[in-house]
Amino acid sequence: MEENKKLVVSASPHAKSSATVRGIMLDVIIALIPAAFAGVTVFGLRAALVMAVCIGCCLLCEFLARKVMKRSNTLGDLSAVVTGLLLAFNLPVKTPLWICAIGSFVAIVVVKQFFGGIGHNFANPAITARIVLLVSFASALTNFTAPTVGGADAVSTATPLASLSKITLAGGVGTQLSDLIAEGQIPALLKMFLGVRPGCIGETCALALLLGAAYLLIRGVIKITIPAAYLLTFTCFMLIASGFDLTYTAYELLSGGLLLGAFFMATDYTTSPINTAGKVVFGVGCGVLTAVIRLYCSLPEGVSYSILLMNIACPLIEKLTAPKYFGFIKKKKEKKAGDAA
Amino acid sequence: MSKLRADAILKAVARGRGGVQVAHNKRTADNEIVRMPIPATVVLPMQQHIGAPCKPLVKAGDHVDVGQVIGDTDQFLSVPIHASVSGTVKSVADITLANGRIAPAVTIESDGLQTLHESVVPPVVHTKEDLVKAIRASGLVGLGGAGFPSFVKLTVKDDKPIDTLIVNAAECEPYITVDYRECIENSWDIMTSVYTLGELYGFKHIIIAVEDNKPEAIRILKSIADKDIHTGNVVRVMALKSRYPQGAEKMMVLSATGRKVPQGKLPADVGCIVMNVASVAFVARYLKTGKPLTSRSVTVSGDCIKNPANVRVHIGTSMQEIIDFCGGFTEPPAKILSGGPMMGAAIVDTHVPLLKSNNAVLAFSEKALAKKPASDCIRCGRCHAACPMGLIPTQIEKYAVLGDAETLSTLGTSVCMECGSCAYSCPAGKPLVQYMRLAKEVMRQAGVK
Repeated sequence: MEENKKLVVSASPHAKSSATVRGIMLDVIIALIPAAFAGVTVFGLRAALVMAVCIGCCLLCEFLARKVMKRSNTLGDLSAVVTGLLLAFNLPVKTPLWICAIGSFVAIVVVKQFFGGIGHNFANPAITARIVLLVSFASALTNFTAPTVGGADAVSTATPLASLSKITLAGGVGTQLSDLIAEGQIPALLKMFLGVRPGCIGETCALALLLGAAYLLIRGVIKITIPAAYLLTFTCFMLIASGFDLTYTAYELLSGGLLLGAFFMATDYTTSPINTAGKVVFGVGCGVLTAVIRLYCSLPEGVSYSILLMNIACPLIEKLTAPKYFGFIKKKKEKKAGDAA
Repeated sequence: MSKLRADAILKAVARGRGGVQVAHNKRTADNEIVRMPIPATVVLPMQQHIGAPCKPLVKAGDHVDVGQVIGDTDQFLSVPIHASVSGTVKSVADITLANGRIAPAVTIESDGLQTLHESVVPPVVHTKEDLVKAIRASGLVGLGGAGFPSFVKLTVKDDKPIDTLIVNAAECEPYITVDYRECIENSWDIMTSVYTLGELYGFKHIIIAVEDNKPEAIRILKSIADKDIHTGNVVRVMALKSRYPQGAEKMMVLSATGRKVPQGKLPADVGCIVMNVASVAFVARYLKTGKPLTSRSVTVSGDCIKNPANVRVHIGTSMQEIIDFCGGFTEPPAKILSGGPMMGAAIVDTHVPLLKSNNAVLAFSEKALAKKPASDCIRCGRCHAACPMGLIPTQIEKYAVLGDAETLSTLGTSVCMECGSCAYSCPAGKPLVQYMRLAKEVMRQAGVK
């Protein structure tokens, strides 16, 4: 009797899986490491500095914001590290550090903590911060440098995506893709795949991003649904728009932040639908918007905007694609008939 | 049959998987069921089943024999309670049960003789109606844990023809091994029952469903079932994927037949009767001997139990005595469960009687407790992916807190069977089953179905 006095009583289940929020975030960080390495390799050590500043500022903002709001300290869940890293990945290597700090503040304080912290933000913090910075400091955020890999100087240059937008598509008269490649305005496809091209720190190396994505898929952290729907829709759109020009479509897939966005930003739990049908709609929406922005708008890049727009539409998508539960019986329409009568 | 099964697989795949992979921890799988000596006293609560409680039919000082009815009621949804030992009634008084509820109970002091009551004679069964009557008199409830009166399941209504009997030997809860032992040690009882029921009801399919992590049980049952004892043998042993909650009734019907039990309906609505394997084995023994349900097997396990075992226990034995029989605790337990880790209840005191529906007593030390401090939902969707009913537990949680009964209804809250897959898989450590219960309470109070 004596030894039974301190029995724990709690609701079932009494077994729990080993999954934790911290573990999930750690997996995302691990998945981002190849791209971080690629970023430093391609753009030099300053890339590491930008990442460190973003992560540091995000952690500081998270800590201070929770403190000021008299809420529990949530640094331990590592979500601020993920946000910081993703924000850095979305910035050009020459971004002034004070702009990085402002971006971190926007991401953590304005987008995340003002709405209640982890799990409560309606938009992806890193993406929203990038857009805020892009609108506020347009020149700094579009000051892309050529890769410094192999000891080259960090000279300012246009991104392949900006060059691609000058092309006349589908057999029209004007600049052709082959001309740009021949002139060296656009790197060869292999270089694009390896990330040796101008762009933001973490978005260029497709190989590293795909490695990270594979890790997340194997670990079950993300499901393939959103990236697959996103990339397939985008590919179809681009194939049709370019008159089934495979090379052009490949360039589009490897340019800008598409892979980073599709695998690491669009799959953000909090701002994407929970149910499979919702995920498909979300991914298709992202794909269509990205393609439309890239092809028909004055902006060269559309990944951030399309994900942000779909983030906002997420609750609506979830509502409209509500899954049918087991044994669901369609309600008879008697009520409506009754109302009419 | 092959068509039936192919159909089942197709539909199960189409529906998506659901459920979770839990560590089996079936440490007592190779332990033969051992009989526990007759306890000095037994305490028999008047409600050990789902439905109306019984009224005590004996008073203090009465002499009772084994198998004597000591509690019964006129209510339909109820079964009688029988004395599990012979001896003298010490008291008829309210006691606190394992779940904290207070109920009247009959306490019997054993005389150690186990003399059978004169009413214990094999029942005469010629028709379904005879069987239903006999099964009610036997006091049988589902021995798998729910405690639903078995005779109700066996009552077939004319407008709901039954063509399939499913013998549920999935035993998907971790730790518990009594059904497995039943399959191995009493396989002939199971088969006898199955053929008797088959003759009375004329089932087109009799499916003995076992999870595929029990190959020995499958082998033994198959070796008997496949012998063509009767022409037109309809009995098949089916190996189901071991994935919690495979043994849940609706999951079982889907996996075995491909049929989906609609919301608010029973397996009988899709032509199935699902019975736990231990209950089925009991039917054969009862028809042979007439001895009502006075004992049952339980798994005693967990890291705190010195000698984990499968024990045959007289109903009403104190849980503490059962634990002592298994060598007691190796260290002070932090949590004691009646039932499995996924759906069992944590009990406050071990000095409570074992009921008909208890299939396990598990004791865990402090370090074995699953601890995950609750944090905010990150909307990862693991609860939805794990829910075998396709619900979105995290949404239901939010509307339960808001008290929005109408929305809870449209989200399908009532189909939740509280299997715990959502809370098991939640990385934020949310007590989602508690919220599901809250949601049902919100709906109940608002009168919304």
